[in-house]
Amino acid sequence: MVTSTPTRHGMGALVHRSVRGRAKGGETSPRSIAFLIVLWFCLLFALLFLVVLLINIWVDGVGRLDLALFTEYPSSNPDDAGARPAILGSLWVIGTTAVMTLPIGVAAAIHLEEFSDRHNLINRAVELNVQNLAAIPSVIYGMLTLAALGLFGVVNKNQVWVGALALSMLILPVIIIATREALRAVPAEIRQGSLALGATPLQTVFRNTLPAALPGIATGAILGLSRALGEAAPLLLLGGLVFLRFDPNGLMSGYTTMPIQIFNWTGRPQQGFHELAAATSIVLLVVLLLMNALAIYIRNRYQQRW
Amino acid sequence: MKNNTAKFAIAAAVLSAALALSACGGQSTDAGDEGSALTGTIASDGSSTVGPLTEAAATEFASVEPGVQVTVATSGTGGGFKTFCAGETDISNASRPIKDEEATTCADAGIEFTEIVIANDGLSVVVNPENDWAQCLTVEQLNTIWAPESEGVITNWNQVDPSFPDVELTLYGAGTDSGTFDYFTDVINGEEGASRTDYSPSEDDNVTIQGVSGELGAMGYFGLSYLEENADLIKGVEVDGGEGCVFPSVETVQDGTYTPLGRPLFIYVNNASYAENEAVKAFVDYYVENAVSVAESALFVPLTDDQIVTAQEELASLVG
Amino acid sequence: MSTWSPPRPPAVISQDSLRARPRPLDTAIRLLFRVAAIFTIIITVGIVIALLIPSLAFFAEVPVWEFLFGTRWAPRFADASFGVVPLVTATAWTTAIALVVAVPLGLGAAVFLSEYAHRRARKILKPVLELLAGIPTVVYGYFAVQFIQATVLREWLGLDTGSFSVLAAGFVMGIMIVPTIASISEDAMSAVPNSLRQGSAALGANRMQTTVRVVFPAALSGVIAAIVLGVSRAVGETMIVALAAGQQARIVTGPLEAGQTMTGFIASAALGDSPVGSLEYDTLFAVGLLLFVITLVINFASIAIVRRFREAY
Repeated sequence: MVTSTPTRHGMGALVHRSVRGRAKGGETSPRSIAFLIVLWFCLLFALLFLVVLLINIWVDGVGRLDLALFTEYPSSNPDDAGARPAILGSLWVIGTTAVMTLPIGVAAAIHLEEFSDRHNLINRAVELNVQNLAAIPSVIYGMLTLAALGLFGVVNKNQVWVGALALSMLILPVIIIATREALRAVPAEIRQGSLALGATPLQTVFRNTLPAALPGIATGAILGLSRALGEAAPLLLLGGLVFLRFDPNGLMSGYTTMPIQIFNWTGRPQQGFHELAAATSIVLLVVLLLMNALAIYIRNRYQQRW
Repeated sequence: MKNNTAKFAIAAAVLSAALALSACGGQSTDAGDEGSALTGTIASDGSSTVGPLTEAAATEFASVEPGVQVTVATSGTGGGFKTFCAGETDISNASRPIKDEEATTCADAGIEFTEIVIANDGLSVVVNPENDWAQCLTVEQLNTIWAPESEGVITNWNQVDPSFPDVELTLYGAGTDSGTFDYFTDVINGEEGASRTDYSPSEDDNVTIQGVSGELGAMGYFGLSYLEENADLIKGVEVDGGEGCVFPSVETVQDGTYTPLGRPLFIYVNNASYAENEAVKAFVDYYVENAVSVAESALFVPLTDDQIVTAQEELASLVG
Repeated sequence: MSTWSPPRPPAVISQDSLRARPRPLDTAIRLLFRVAAIFTIIITVGIVIALLIPSLAFFAEVPVWEFLFGTRWAPRFADASFGVVPLVTATAWTTAIALVVAVPLGLGAAVFLSEYAHRRARKILKPVLELLAGIPTVVYGYFAVQFIQATVLREWLGLDTGSFSVLAAGFVMGIMIVPTIASISEDAMSAVPNSLRQGSAALGANRMQTTVRVVFPAALSGVIAAIVLGVSRAVGETMIVALAAGQQARIVTGPLEAGQTMTGFIASAALGDSPVGSLEYDTLFAVGLLLFVITLVINFASIAIVRRFREAY
């Protein structure tokens, strides 16, 4: 009789369905229907906007979405220009960011979740601090890196590792929070069983807790990196807006990234550059979509339900 | 557990492979050109007026020496000099001559440089294409519009000239780091840096074009190349410097009739970079030798014959 | 009868074999983890110091009250003024417009997803809504200046506005924030126990009344936290306003006007060049400090509000 899908709140499935199921009974008063329509409108308007934005970008950019976009370098003439250094620059910067931020983020999260004494004031301050850092505007991280460069006398701002440093600090709180969530989801029994068998807490973490939390960590990492991929503001302060005609070839190489190239071309008056900006936007969106799809795939496929 | 380890191994492998491939596949190792395997990096910064010219030179240079990496930033003439005198750039693009204070800063830092006039420019005043009343403006009228005293006072076109219609005046222009700003204020307002401040300043002249093309009563100023490049979006104004209304063009700039807004454009080369960095030497040589053709292709006003001779002499002095 | 007797212990028990062996590597690794966690504090301290030192140099030259209350912002001109009020008005306008757009849409979407949608519909609609959050802000900025401002506002609606406006920037920023508000509000509403809904239904309320009078008030702390977080994001957003709101620092009095926000100023100042230690450099950091303080206050307010209004179940 009651077939169905279990509800989140288990008991009371019948009442649950009658309250949360399709509209019926006293639900058909004009005010209720008007309310429902308003809600539908809210959701649909937001989605409509998304669709219009995607269509607009597509229409503007599809004409320039060809191999030349990936092989040509920027030029004063929009017909010859391409986004090759920007695309490669993005890959370089994100790769370097991943190497910089993932070890520190995961290590910090492990400490906060597994080893720290929750009642210790310093640890509570650290937790509160991470939450604050996650909400700071991205520009501030650019200014922090700028000041750090000034302090250490680094003169050339336009280097891959400098941009990666700014982005690493930007997404570090995101990585820490996501990793902590993943670690928290691992039930205590796993840890207790390991300890009961004689493992040290560190062995427990490395051999049981961490592997179990890995899908969640991977998902969080990918989402954090996809956020870094789309950031332009911190890099603007670090000399990212530059005209260059070469592929990045090292951590100290000059570079530019896709979002900055889009910003650059959008600001130009020629329509040809706007089309290029839109085409690069399409490439960027596709990459982000793939990354998010990968994150969701990992979460669905490997996430263990305890 | 094995799944996860394997997955991560694969992910790491893919990422490293991508990086490796991009690094290798990136270099254009066309075996076509023998011998010229020149490599190196050249950093340039400065004027947003001259920047596109250097970009055009770098683009053409890349077909001769693909291994050389040239970066062109546009922080404004003033900003460019700051980084130049800190030794961070090899070439500084400038739309005005270096100031005494800046030269002193360079000297104090031990930076010796050579000034080369690389092209000419007619600083152009532009208005919205629908603007049919401002065909020709005198220097006095421009001064009325842009003087520091006009801030908050002159807000309508009919205040500039009673025959102009009642249209709100919106101003776009160069930022204070810009050589264009320095030159314009010097010539129009009589003092370098003296300007009203209630306008939209930007080191990026493209923003000016965007702004002016979008509003009926808008006005802006920037280098001639931007006007020629975007003649469909904005309209140039004739300027009367005392001898009649003159429209900025290659001819009127070169023969000097477009006054007082005709001006030379410069590059400043770091002598030490030129001597020690082969790539810099090759690029600067190429730039100066092809100054006329690069300027023409980039819609700049090329050097006159006399100026070409002077430029060659400056270049020669660099080697010595 | 079988008897069970406990296993015999080994003949010799030494105290040492029962004591845990010292593991120096363990201690070292745990220390590394601790250092990693402390690193986050170092970042915050770094931010504060990085912003404070140039700002103190700035305030040595420009009085604090002139900075905070002055109405003319012309920091790089010969006749310089450092009154930050114009930047703050532009930020206020873009944020307000963004909230006007984002709060109704976000809350409406959240209520729909939490109370009305089928599980399957929710499974599809929620990720799609999250897509809005994943679009890079520079792409939003392009859309704002190219389509919203140029086409929608000027062509289709024929409004009297120039090439840039706070309306275009604020509107697009609002859409960008919708997923933030919707997601957190929806989580808050879903966390309200079903027993409250059931009780309301038992008393004869229909779904709308239950939602509006029972669920929403119960989730109020989460909703307020969501809105405050949205405000924080709007204040700190850079790329959309840099592209669409304009570069002129003036006191903004209407939505169709252009104006430079605090973040817009930082972006445009970053594109010019300022040597370390100059007044222009210090101005950049003074505005950064103001931005940091504002977002910090907003964040702390959010935490305090959540703590105050949270209903414990």
